[in-house]
Amino acid sequence: MVMEELSVQQLADGLDSGQFSSVELVRHFLHRMQAHRHLNAFISELHDRAVMQAGHADRQIRERKHGPLTGVPLAHKDIFCMSGERTSCGSKMLDNFIAPYHATVVQKLEQAGCVVLGKTNMDEFAMGSSSENSYYGPVRNPWNAECVPGGSSGGSAAAVAARLVPLATGTDTGGSIRQPAAFCGVTGLKPTYGRISRYGMVAYASSLDQAGPFGKSAQDCAYLLQAMAGFDEKDSTSVDAPVPAYLAELNRPLQGKVVGIPDEYFSTGLGSEVRTIIARAIDWAEEQGCIIKDISLPNTELAIPAYYVIATAECSSNLSRYDGVRFGHRCEDPKDLHDLYHRSRSEGFGTEVKRRIMIGTYALSTGYYDAYYLKAQQVRRLISADFNAAFQDVDFILGPTAPETAFRIGEKTDDPVTMYLSDIYTISINLAGLPAISIPCGIHEGLPVGMQLIGNYFAEDKLLNFAHQYQLATDWHQQCPPGFQQKRQGC
Amino acid sequence: MAQWEAVIGLEIHVQLATQSKIFSAASTAFGAEPNTQACAVDLGLPGVLPVLNYEAVRMAVMFGLAVNAAVSQRCVFARKNYFYPDLPKGYQISQYELPIVARGQLEIALGDGSYKVIGITRAHLEEDAGKSLHEEFADSTGIDLNRAGTPLIEIVSEPDMRSAKEAVSYMKKIHSFVRYLGISDGNMQEGSFRCDANVSIRPAGQKELGTRTETKNLNSFRFVERAIDFEIARQIDVLEDGNEVVQETRLYDAVQDETRPMRSKEEADDYRYFPDPDLLPVVIRPEMLEEIKQQLPELPGEKALRFTQEYGLNAQDAENLVLSKEAAEYFEQTARNTNAEAKRVANWVTGELNAALNQDDLEIASSPVSSSMLAKLLNRIEDGTISGKIAKDIFRSMWAGEGDVDSIIESKGLRQITDTLEIETLVNQVVRENPAQVEQFKSGKDKVFGFFVGQVMKITGGKANPQQVNRLLREKLK
Repeated sequence: MVMEELSVQQLADGLDSGQFSSVELVRHFLHRMQAHRHLNAFISELHDRAVMQAGHADRQIRERKHGPLTGVPLAHKDIFCMSGERTSCGSKMLDNFIAPYHATVVQKLEQAGCVVLGKTNMDEFAMGSSSENSYYGPVRNPWNAECVPGGSSGGSAAAVAARLVPLATGTDTGGSIRQPAAFCGVTGLKPTYGRISRYGMVAYASSLDQAGPFGKSAQDCAYLLQAMAGFDEKDSTSVDAPVPAYLAELNRPLQGKVVGIPDEYFSTGLGSEVRTIIARAIDWAEEQGCIIKDISLPNTELAIPAYYVIATAECSSNLSRYDGVRFGHRCEDPKDLHDLYHRSRSEGFGTEVKRRIMIGTYALSTGYYDAYYLKAQQVRRLISADFNAAFQDVDFILGPTAPETAFRIGEKTDDPVTMYLSDIYTISINLAGLPAISIPCGIHEGLPVGMQLIGNYFAEDKLLNFAHQYQLATDWHQQCPPGFQQKRQGC
Repeated sequence: MAQWEAVIGLEIHVQLATQSKIFSAASTAFGAEPNTQACAVDLGLPGVLPVLNYEAVRMAVMFGLAVNAAVSQRCVFARKNYFYPDLPKGYQISQYELPIVARGQLEIALGDGSYKVIGITRAHLEEDAGKSLHEEFADSTGIDLNRAGTPLIEIVSEPDMRSAKEAVSYMKKIHSFVRYLGISDGNMQEGSFRCDANVSIRPAGQKELGTRTETKNLNSFRFVERAIDFEIARQIDVLEDGNEVVQETRLYDAVQDETRPMRSKEEADDYRYFPDPDLLPVVIRPEMLEEIKQQLPELPGEKALRFTQEYGLNAQDAENLVLSKEAAEYFEQTARNTNAEAKRVANWVTGELNAALNQDDLEIASSPVSSSMLAKLLNRIEDGTISGKIAKDIFRSMWAGEGDVDSIIESKGLRQITDTLEIETLVNQVVRENPAQVEQFKSGKDKVFGFFVGQVMKITGGKANPQQVNRLLREKLK
């Protein structure tokens, strides 16, 4: 038995039947985490806490007071506040910040019995598409250490891909779950805006941020989503709608489902190998009895400019609280109040964060508000209208998650606009608030390719159902990056 | 020399009397140890989110209905961005383009029997900031975030007022409204009710407005009046010296009795308002509006009208009484428990009682003379036990805690002398002992009559029934 290759269901069965204990499981993964530190996937490793939690989980299992996730190891993106632990958000600004409370997501997963092994590395304040913008250094892609894992949830994606942890949380503001899932060959779901509480999740762009699960498979993601989703009275934008039993929906037939293929997602800029691989996935869907339909999302090209106005405007305001007064980085010997603000923020934030704060501040300024912020909100409504129109006729929209496979570390750091374009297929989904999943569907030159499946509001169950059916028929999600398989004993 | 006209508009900040803050569950009680009533949301910790306290919405709606304003069916919270150490998030959650209360109006009495309508531009909900404590610490500033997140409504008037007196009378009227509605304690010392005054001047008859200044944080009616009067005089001086008024924010210094510039326009902030993405637009359904309307208490205007009809008070007395909800209630309770006519009750409440309260700086709720004590006192005048003059002495004794009216009358022997024989004896004695004055009176000096009354009163310590003394003296001296 190779523990790190087990699905969540197999882990739950193994724990339930006493085949292994949570402590054994946790020690195994902690060992792998230590053995693969070169990936830089973690900002904090929580050894002692994890072993203690595992011991507690084992007691619950012995007393038969457990659920499906009791004792299952997990990592949190370091954007979720966790009581008593550092929550850095990948920033020097919060390097010294010990959260005094749990994020709702952390709380819910603790109640579900998950054991937190560590907090994963990320782009600073979730701003980036490569996980290079971290105060703690870049994360490396397990498939090729010279390549980025995608971002901003690159640490979570890399950790799951390298089998350092079976499950991880992430957040997605413009593609920060789906693009790293695609680059690392794992499954990642961005739920409908409001499906999961944002309370305790450090805010980047409040109207776009949404938490979601990473797993090796859609089924694993279903387990995690089940425990994360639901209304939270502490988050006014969380939606008070019933949470379906996701696992029960996984096995529905896809026969007769209409899959829309947006013309705009297959135009210039899409790598030809990625195109070919996605085409094979479309063929598969057709073989399952899906109806393939060409559709148009005409305002797609406006998504990136609109996003970089709205997200930066919100971030410029959200990040104002980091002023060196109450918590976080504070400069040495401030001369006066202005000096305290100026140096604390100059020293505490990295380049990309500063760039976005400046863009957003500009976009909200008197005289520019109408031309930028209001205009971007209008574009946002147009983009939503595109999707609403499309979902009158289709159940799913399918396309690539990213235009190409993982790029090399350093390749795009000097060219922010090229970097921004790597989110071209994911960003409009956040603007519309829709759910979407990235599923591994091929490998090109040793690097994974992901397809993105977009659903209507609160159609997470349908997305997981489609992805699970695809994964029953394919084994892309079972591919382990070379060098991370355990040497199999006795065979 | 030109005749100048002042143009004044007020922005009144009213702290709402909710139990908890507008976006968090922390308590709003005043006077706690610094930072003991500030939770993670108030501190602006990473990841926290605001959750609207609907009680604050309800209170703002009540205010809107009370001033006949249009209550918005949909209002939006916006972020006002600026850096200040006592503003934990780096922005204040307020309302900008879509406030909860739109255009309304209020009528004020000008004191000469005439009335004036003051327009209310808007009223919006917002959170208060914390407090910076500059005095307590050497070389550094302390921050107390207990007040951060306290719900406020900011009521913005049209520039409809033309004098400091009008401004004060408008502010008093708003004050009485929020007290009547029970949406604020209106405590000005604690900062629950304060205002910013926008003042400009222009030559009388000119339509276009002059450059205005804004004097911030005035927390008493007296300060508002003084600050505005000072500003008007200052601006007239500036213009008459051939200079220009600078648009700026000023502070009123009560000790020097003057306003001083706080910051000038060059440093004016760009607040970069935008809708707060953490909060959904607030929708106020017609049913909710109707429900709140049903529950509105009787407001000063209606109460004054009722007082004139039910108690036969004149309009001026009724207006004076209803200015304070507590005074109006005190009046009504007293009037119900006494045989004295309402006019007399009103005079006592606005006269003796009010003077005593002012002298001891007390609120009516803590008056040592309760409404039932006053009612009994007035009954004793009515039934002839004491005279009105003695009643005033007894009121002061009751105020000093010497007991109720009857025990004071007994212990001090203040019962009025009404026995005709007894008074007649005294009248005879006074006439007998003062032959010279009798002569004067009889030779036509009517004024001397007062002397005889005074003598009788002097002997009786003021206790003789004045009507009887008068009648018997007239008979005797005829």
